[in-house]
Amino acid sequence: MTASPFADKTRRVLALIRKEGRQVLRDPSSLAIGVVLPLMLILLFGYAMSLDVKHVPIAVVLEDRSSQAQDIATSFQLSPYFETHQVTSMEEARDMMLSGAVEGIFVVQSDFARRAAAGDARVQIIVNGIDGNTARIVEAYADAAVAQARLRDAAENPDAPVVSGGQAVVQNQLWFNSANDSRYFLVPGLIVLIITLIGAFLTSIVVAREWERGTFEALFVTPVRPDEILISKIVPYFVLGMGGLLLCMASARFLFAIPFRGSFVVLMGASMLYLLVSVAMGLLISSTLRSQFLACQVALVATFMPALMLSGFIYDLRSVPLDIRLVSYLVPARYYVSLLQTIFLAGNVWRIILPDAAILAVVAAGMLALTSRATRKFLD
Amino acid sequence: MLASLRRIAALIRKELLAVLKDARTRNMLMLQPVLQCLLFGYAATLDLNNVPYAVLDRDRSTASSALLAKLDGSGLFHRIANLTDAADMRRLIDNQQVLVAIQIEPDFQQRLAEGNVAPVQVIADGRNSNTAGAALAYVGAAVASFNADWASDHGLPQPPIEVEERAWYNANLETRWNLVPALVGTITMMSTLMLAALSVAREREEGTFDQLLVTPFTPVEIMAGKAIPSMLMGLVQATSALLVAQLWFRIPFAGSYFTLYVGLILFLLAAVGIGLFVSSIAATMQQAMLYAFVLIMPFALLSGLTTPISSMPQVMQYFTAINPLRYAIDLVHRIYLEGVGLDQVWSDLWPMAIIATVTLSAAAWMFRRRLE
Amino acid sequence: MTAAVIIGQNLRKQFLRKGKQPIQALDTVSLEIAPRTLAALVGPDGGGKTTLLRLTAGLMRADAGELTVLGIDTKANPQAIQDRIGYMPQRFGLYDDLSVQENLDLYADLHGVSTAERKTRYPQLMEMTALGPFTRRLAGQLSGGMKQKLGLACTLVRAPELLLLDEPTIGVDPLSRRELWDIIRALVRDQGVSVLLSTSYLDEAERCEHVVVLRDGKVLAQGPPQDVTSLAKDRTFLATPPDGETPRVTQVGLLDDPAVIDASPEAGKVRIVRGPDLNTQLPASSALARLQLESTSTRFEDGFMVLLQRAAPAGQPAPKAPPITSIVQDGPRSEVVVVHDLVRCFGKFVAVDRVSFEVRRGEIFGLLGPNGAGKTTTFRMLCGLLSASSGTLQVAGTDPGAAATRQEIGYVAQKFSLYAQLTVAENLDFFASAYGLHGARRRERIDWAMAEFELGPVKTQLGGQLPGGYTQRLAMAAALLHEPQILFLDEATSGADPMARRDFWRRITALAQAGVTVIVTTHFMAEAEYCDRIAILDSGRILAQGAPAEIRKRGATNANRNPTMEDAFIAVIEEARAVASKDKAA
Repeated sequence: MTASPFADKTRRVLALIRKEGRQVLRDPSSLAIGVVLPLMLILLFGYAMSLDVKHVPIAVVLEDRSSQAQDIATSFQLSPYFETHQVTSMEEARDMMLSGAVEGIFVVQSDFARRAAAGDARVQIIVNGIDGNTARIVEAYADAAVAQARLRDAAENPDAPVVSGGQAVVQNQLWFNSANDSRYFLVPGLIVLIITLIGAFLTSIVVAREWERGTFEALFVTPVRPDEILISKIVPYFVLGMGGLLLCMASARFLFAIPFRGSFVVLMGASMLYLLVSVAMGLLISSTLRSQFLACQVALVATFMPALMLSGFIYDLRSVPLDIRLVSYLVPARYYVSLLQTIFLAGNVWRIILPDAAILAVVAAGMLALTSRATRKFLD
Repeated sequence: MLASLRRIAALIRKELLAVLKDARTRNMLMLQPVLQCLLFGYAATLDLNNVPYAVLDRDRSTASSALLAKLDGSGLFHRIANLTDAADMRRLIDNQQVLVAIQIEPDFQQRLAEGNVAPVQVIADGRNSNTAGAALAYVGAAVASFNADWASDHGLPQPPIEVEERAWYNANLETRWNLVPALVGTITMMSTLMLAALSVAREREEGTFDQLLVTPFTPVEIMAGKAIPSMLMGLVQATSALLVAQLWFRIPFAGSYFTLYVGLILFLLAAVGIGLFVSSIAATMQQAMLYAFVLIMPFALLSGLTTPISSMPQVMQYFTAINPLRYAIDLVHRIYLEGVGLDQVWSDLWPMAIIATVTLSAAAWMFRRRLE
Repeated sequence: MTAAVIIGQNLRKQFLRKGKQPIQALDTVSLEIAPRTLAALVGPDGGGKTTLLRLTAGLMRADAGELTVLGIDTKANPQAIQDRIGYMPQRFGLYDDLSVQENLDLYADLHGVSTAERKTRYPQLMEMTALGPFTRRLAGQLSGGMKQKLGLACTLVRAPELLLLDEPTIGVDPLSRRELWDIIRALVRDQGVSVLLSTSYLDEAERCEHVVVLRDGKVLAQGPPQDVTSLAKDRTFLATPPDGETPRVTQVGLLDDPAVIDASPEAGKVRIVRGPDLNTQLPASSALARLQLESTSTRFEDGFMVLLQRAAPAGQPAPKAPPITSIVQDGPRSEVVVVHDLVRCFGKFVAVDRVSFEVRRGEIFGLLGPNGAGKTTTFRMLCGLLSASSGTLQVAGTDPGAAATRQEIGYVAQKFSLYAQLTVAENLDFFASAYGLHGARRRERIDWAMAEFELGPVKTQLGGQLPGGYTQRLAMAAALLHEPQILFLDEATSGADPMARRDFWRRITALAQAGVTVIVTTHFMAEAEYCDRIAILDSGRILAQGAPAEIRKRGATNANRNPTMEDAFIAVIEEARAVASKDKAA
């Protein structure tokens, strides 16, 4: 009929890609996942989600009303981390804690002044320990507030006896994120989530849909080759995923001003590898299960959840038990998170980049091989 | 009335059969909550243990050894290298081999003995600033403990004010205690919302919805027959998640089951309402699934599950007011860990009731409108 | 003569089912189709037609036996076959979110059809399918029949060496069916294409050069259709029903007569195929004995029925007349459905345009019309699934949307919509409860349905895995559980084999006799003969309405004094369309 076999192949692939692209563009739900969700996630992660604790409501109970006690209370009021509610009794504070109105109670007990005179001053900070992480941070801030009060005290009363004696003090340096901004690691992590969603979650439906709607039967009995079907399923979602990536990159850079210390080319290369892994995984799940509902559920459990939980994106893998850590080595997202955090915040650290990228490349190749094996033109 | 109840019962039976018949779907629904609870319970911890660290001890004195012994003895730190060169610190942190590097200056002991301030430099890998912050706090605590020992050993006065710290409801500040009960709400929301969203969309896609509509079912009966099975399955999932929390993770249950299930039922009503509303809009199963997912994401992220609501900007906090999961997590936490009664969780119950009423009526209205 | 395009030898194919007896879909099937031949696969549902076509298309592999297509072994190189053939599956999966044109372009691209070829091909296809005005519409928004035609057009974008069509004419109206056949015949004649198609229209099989009759996975007969037709030679008669009796009632009596192999209404009379012993004395009780018989020409269908009966395992009982009980009899011939000036618009498009008709109790009323004429829209309004834009509509004396009305109607939708994940028993259970049946009454009705529709053997099978014929029976059973006064059947016999259709109409006849009002749509014009009255719809308007005999007269020409219903149907539609296009021109 027409020219070379290669030209035929190209024409068929292009026709299928055009078809797939149209389906994506016309189905509002694909766009919802491909465009709306990434934008929403960027805004949520960028603006709403933060592990940095601020404005924690606490109740302040001053059973002792000495000036020293007042001083400490003031320093809680001045702290940006707390929103204080002065209450008169411990009962009241307890009720507030029970009703969820406050997250902590700062108590200066009635014997404070007496004990202070004896050199044994004590204050109490009670936190709602349910969110352990927040609670710990609140405790640290409370310590700081008390220390602040002491310093002010010392400045105002230069005559007071100075505490003497050697003391070790910690000089902290937080490398790569000196601003201690949780966005610095949440936003790169977000890229992992978005690529996983577009790559695996969206594609997990597309092959199963063709099986469920019976569109494959007619398509199979045409000169179309299995590899052409596979390519046409990969390309549109790959493009969509790259679009999502660029969107995230742009917002990370311009909206949230997150430093970018590595090379853009390396980042794109790594992202393409991970995107390939995701797309191949989504397609593999889809062509194996042939049911939209199941495929999408499995895709969530097998790709999205691990990317969220076991990739080191929010929860540091260094603190999980050994067996879970071993499992995490099987999660491709783990390597991508490590790559992103390094490229964004640390720079081109080849000792991390090369092995991670190599693993992703191997997984991508393996997944593609499995997927192409699962793409056969048989009904039985 | 009786006839109506009979019809609803028939629809409920049919829905349950249709979902539970397929072994793969059944496993998916039943095993998922257990697996997720286990996975999250172990993996999702913000607590640190086994922090790898390196030391550049230029003092090599008894004082510096005592300080490092504090770290090593805490059980949280794991020393992987004793360095001699500051450049190595950089390398180890860059390559993520250590989370924290500690540098002790040569005059450390001397300064202490002279009654001076002796600096200890602590460098943390800030790629995950949350972990780094936690690690720094631990180092701070170890140093404070070292100071206290030093002071008592050398007859020095104690720091003037001692801060006594106490945590209620979760004395050891374990992340798991926070997370696993929160999952009871999160996991059930995901499945129930999805199931409800699919229930009508599936009938529409398979053409059975028309068949249902020509039977004497009223729209309210259909809604009830679709809502209740999803809720029942949600309750089963919630129960299995609760069992994992109590039997496997041994997180003590402080409240009353009655209160908890009252709250859960209201919550499931709200979740199912949202699901049915999605179902009334979606034309196909695929759309129902994807729309449901697009909704579940912000619900989960803005629920206080992963990051505290109080540290969100005010605008976002307002937005969380329409998020049933926010109330559910709060409710489960407070009943489970704090053991409060119905009167104390009233502030969580009425918003969920309002959400359920609004979404269910909106769904009913959409169904009726689409029939026209 | 070149080598045959399809050579199959001792083909076997088995489908395994979890925990159940495997199904032997094909059992030592051998066949040979010569090049440039138009061949048909016919036979009852579940006979293996689709499996055979799928094997031929290289979509499945046979368990045993050899199958060579275009000289290529299907097992060795299915792709080489797929490059050269065209295949239309029964459920042609169109891409719903692509437009008509985009679906066509996709298949044209895949098959490598050049731009020049498209210029000549597309207009032809549009002409055949009458999809011309809808090229920009999304495939998902087409009616069932139109989808079928688009699927066919996608398969025919080029002339392949071999064309495999699985039930290409299901749900396609007579006009398009005629055009479709013109195209297929032209392909065979002018371009040397070989065609193998499966069909449940036996008049289509008659037009083929080669016929393969498959039943239960075995070949019953193979060869020119005349071979099959001749089996009923000299045994076909026409009988005039006694005064005051409708042909369908006469037919039911005849079907129960052991001396009769087949009977069907035809042009106001009843066509009869008699058993082999023409000369034996008929017993006085025989329905045949009281009728005047005239000899008539034999059709393929007659021979086919003889063939099947001969091959039927002995002792298979003929279906009994169903005992329909307790239908309320209030004034024997009152009007049960009254439609007056009914209009339904979708945006600017008028789907139903001032339609009026009445149906009386116990009547069978047929709505006929081409795809997209507005039949289904009318039906949906009658069932309360859609509201009317204007006009009045009364069903069982009230508004169709009311819950009380819904208790009085039964509805069998085009797709036999049943719950695929539930078993047959569970489906019946659910619908019984949905209609408020409970206790002993419910058990009794479910038992009745199981027995009446012979669903016992498939009781525990999932609705989604039933063979075609059972699905239709289950749908009917579900619609009749609550003994409705009115039964709506939307293309309920679409795709059913001739035996299933006989059974189906027997039941309908019995129901009507018991006082149930039945409204049907169908594309089988022969089935219009069962109706008391019919209406022909096109573009949302009623073009003709009356008893079958009156409608048939509209098709009479000088050349054809005894038109069939199909002739009349085509004449009515074409006449109306000619007027419409003239109006447009003016």
